[in-house]
Amino acid sequence: MWMVEIPPFVPFFICALIAAVARGVWRSATMVAIPIISAFHLWMVPEGIHLQFAFLDYQLILYRVDKLSLMFGYVFHIAALIAIIYSLHVRDTKQQVAAMLYVGSGLGAVFAGDLLTLFVFWELLAFTSVFLIWARRTRRSYVAGMRYLIIQVLSGVILLVGALFYVAENGTLEFGHIGLDGIAGWLIFISFGIKCAFPIAHNWLTDAYPEATVTGAVFLCSVTTKVAVYALARGYPGTELLVYIGAAMTCFPIFFAVIENDLRRVLSYSLINQVGFMVVGIGIGTALSINGAISHAFNDVIFKGLLFMSMGAVLHMTGRINGSDLGGLYKTMPKTTVLCIIGAASISAFPLFSGFVSKSMVMSAALENGYDWIWLILLFASAGVFHHAGIKIPYFAFFAHDSGIRASDPPKNMLLGMLIAAGLCIAIGIYPAALYALLPYDTGYNPYDATHVLAQTQLLFFSALAFVWLNLRGMYPPELRSTNLDFDWVYRRVFPSILQKTFSIIWTINNVLRKAFLVRLYRCLAFLAKKNDRSSVLLSRTYPAGSMVMWVAVLLAIYLLLSFT
Amino acid sequence: MENEKLSVEKKSFFDHPKNVKRLLHFLYASCALLLLLDFVIHRHAIHRWENLWGFYPIYGFVGCVILVQVAAWMRTFLMRAEDYYDSEGRNNEEKVVTDESLNESFSKTTKTNVRDHNVDG
Repeated sequence: MWMVEIPPFVPFFICALIAAVARGVWRSATMVAIPIISAFHLWMVPEGIHLQFAFLDYQLILYRVDKLSLMFGYVFHIAALIAIIYSLHVRDTKQQVAAMLYVGSGLGAVFAGDLLTLFVFWELLAFTSVFLIWARRTRRSYVAGMRYLIIQVLSGVILLVGALFYVAENGTLEFGHIGLDGIAGWLIFISFGIKCAFPIAHNWLTDAYPEATVTGAVFLCSVTTKVAVYALARGYPGTELLVYIGAAMTCFPIFFAVIENDLRRVLSYSLINQVGFMVVGIGIGTALSINGAISHAFNDVIFKGLLFMSMGAVLHMTGRINGSDLGGLYKTMPKTTVLCIIGAASISAFPLFSGFVSKSMVMSAALENGYDWIWLILLFASAGVFHHAGIKIPYFAFFAHDSGIRASDPPKNMLLGMLIAAGLCIAIGIYPAALYALLPYDTGYNPYDATHVLAQTQLLFFSALAFVWLNLRGMYPPELRSTNLDFDWVYRRVFPSILQKTFSIIWTINNVLRKAFLVRLYRCLAFLAKKNDRSSVLLSRTYPAGSMVMWVAVLLAIYLLLSFT
Repeated sequence: MENEKLSVEKKSFFDHPKNVKRLLHFLYASCALLLLLDFVIHRHAIHRWENLWGFYPIYGFVGCVILVQVAAWMRTFLMRAEDYYDSEGRNNEEKVVTDESLNESFSKTTKTNVRDHNVDG
């Protein structure tokens, strides 16, 4: 059937085109309909390569479907639908078009079967998503977007160079297992790592996402990092280095999240923390851990989207997002409060919520494969994520001290978007078999045995107890209006100031040298002129140019006189 | 607007200290119960630490306290004013040595030496 050959990014790109010209109900209707139709279409598509063509000497595979890419394909459709419903009230064509192109690029990337196609969509992801940040139309969002774009494009360029090396080494562009041998492997690894927010390459995320628009952040948190997780899962499963990188990713952001004031930035840090669990899962590389990583990515798209939506609702209704400005909103935003708590419970991996059924797979896999220390770190990170995302976010936004803000619940479409996400969080938590059936491997894993449930519940309740205890003792760090330095300080402050100083030194030296040289030159000339003055009074005196002109005129006059006679 | 304000200003759930207390007591009771369950439920542990009594509760509690304390300590050297990065680029009007000042210094140094060398004179 020819329909099979339509890759899923095509409907989204067409939708972007329609969104650019249509207005009002028609635009809304198309934007809601396209992901649903496209999802049904994807559901019917069998595994295999459906669209490829030859480019120069290489076979480009535009559309390859297997279980791994399908998982991400499904969840991007779900995320797109939820985010589109959430943003139906937005009257900003640029944003709507960019969002559609962005999701389309994400889908293009996960179904790309070769590195060149992957590169094209990789860069498209960057160029389309940056408009979701710029659409905020503030100076901060503009400069943050610029930094974001530079880093994302850099990642793409490294990927392209890596792909060229890969061709030279292997003679094929096909995107399969790559591994860390050879320059190509490392280059592509670094490229994926940047987009995956590896430590010290993570600041594009915490820098740009909080500056995006309310609805833009919901799209952003779903796609970019998950495409990177997908790419790692395909190219580098079982790479041990990833276990340690992932463990670092789960750990360090939670410290920053505890002291961060901007609640959407707290969510950005916890996004890195969650991606860390996936990276560990990919690094371990067993069937169980890969399953865990992929299903956690699937769940994370939904519950992180839900949390970003609930904080977006707060920002939309109150115009504020700093923990120090908020509080007591549960009184007037009860629906948002409940939905946010569902998202918080899911990310904290409470039993019966979606995070539990996927994160426990990674934890079990870490234990079973002898990564004891990694397991302890992940356990600490699990307690930490509950602390900052599970408690801090809802507590400081909706409870804590009464800020006096009396904002009502957001518009119906926003609530509906959150409701769908919350419903999915609970549905997957209660009936994980539906999710497990989609996974690439059949491991017969059951998250709901007494050991797991008890262990996780104990961990979480005593984390909550710690929060209460610290709060009652007054030891909990209050929300303060502040900027916390992170690694981006190095390229936002240290590098510029070093460069500035270096250049100013270079300019000064340059000026001094030029001046000294010119002075020396003048002196030489003067010296020579003086010498001439003394040596020959007659021959080399310095006559003014005017006198020469006069003498020429005199000569010509004499010549004229002579010619008359 | 007036109506809204009136209806809002009636006391909400957590405005009653009694309710807050109830919630806290519920939390304490749950924690105690979970600790006791450790005796009842037999774990099939993989790691030997899992068999220690109260491993998960203690790890969770201590972990969180350490997390918060370390984070609070990090504030001492990471925290800056809110507009820290917004002020970037304001103080880089560097003092460039302009051409005029360069010329001036030429004429100062050269005039004394050069004599009778003004070609247009």
